[in-house]
Amino acid sequence: MSTDTPDASADDAPSRAELAARVDELEDALAEATAEDDGKKMSIIATKGTLDMAYPPLILASTAAAFGYDVTVFHTFWGLDILHEERSKDLKLSSVGNPNMPVPNAVAALPGMDRVTTKMMEKKIADNDTATIEELIETSLDMGVEFQACQMTIDLMDYDEDNFYDGVTTGVGAATALQDMADADIQLLV
Amino acid sequence: MSAEFDITETLDVKGASCPMPVVKTKTAIDDLSESEVLEVLATDPGSMSDIAGWASGTEGVELVDQEEGDDVYKHYVRKTE
Repeated sequence: MSTDTPDASADDAPSRAELAARVDELEDALAEATAEDDGKKMSIIATKGTLDMAYPPLILASTAAAFGYDVTVFHTFWGLDILHEERSKDLKLSSVGNPNMPVPNAVAALPGMDRVTTKMMEKKIADNDTATIEELIETSLDMGVEFQACQMTIDLMDYDEDNFYDGVTTGVGAATALQDMADADIQLLV
Repeated sequence: MSAEFDITETLDVKGASCPMPVVKTKTAIDDLSESEVLEVLATDPGSMSDIAGWASGTEGVELVDQEEGDDVYKHYVRKTE
């Protein structure tokens, strides 16, 4: 059944000239492919807006920019709060549902507990000289990271484009994010 | 074997933690000219692996040397292009 004929006659074998032409063709195609793709790209989708979950996309974005990557971070749902100038300075940490927190859920659910755990975390961040969210955003913007705010969730959350840091791109949707992901060497959903 | 090189600039990132030592090293090296060497002083123990990884994965820079001193980690990065 196989159409493979390992012992094909010499007549069917491509000539030296044909092979040379094919090699040239492939070399051209390779040169074109590498020329188009010389810049490394990373695409991150940031969907969470708690204090702890705001860090990973920003740390990876600024570090990738330092490696020379072209970085896009698409912020959607609660991830928008990271780009919101006021809200980003007041992100909260919830102790409910996090078994690693030193507080039982029943206590964590009491009014005011999120404020306590957030203050605890903020103190650790300050004591450890860990960069603040605002510092990481400003640094990333300086390094050329593109922050995008999902238009659908801006409307859903009733935010205004003036609420975001200067330099944040608005008016973009899932198709933009998908295009970035398709072009990127690294894609992450946080 | 001790490397022979002149230090052009020194960047002090003592106290700063991830990702700032790498990010600030990148920003500082951008201001140097080809073949100049940047000295980076850090207290973050992760900077040993991070700056080495950054230098090997980034075009135009080369890690010349790293030293683990008394509480201070010293990194020497040359701009190669």
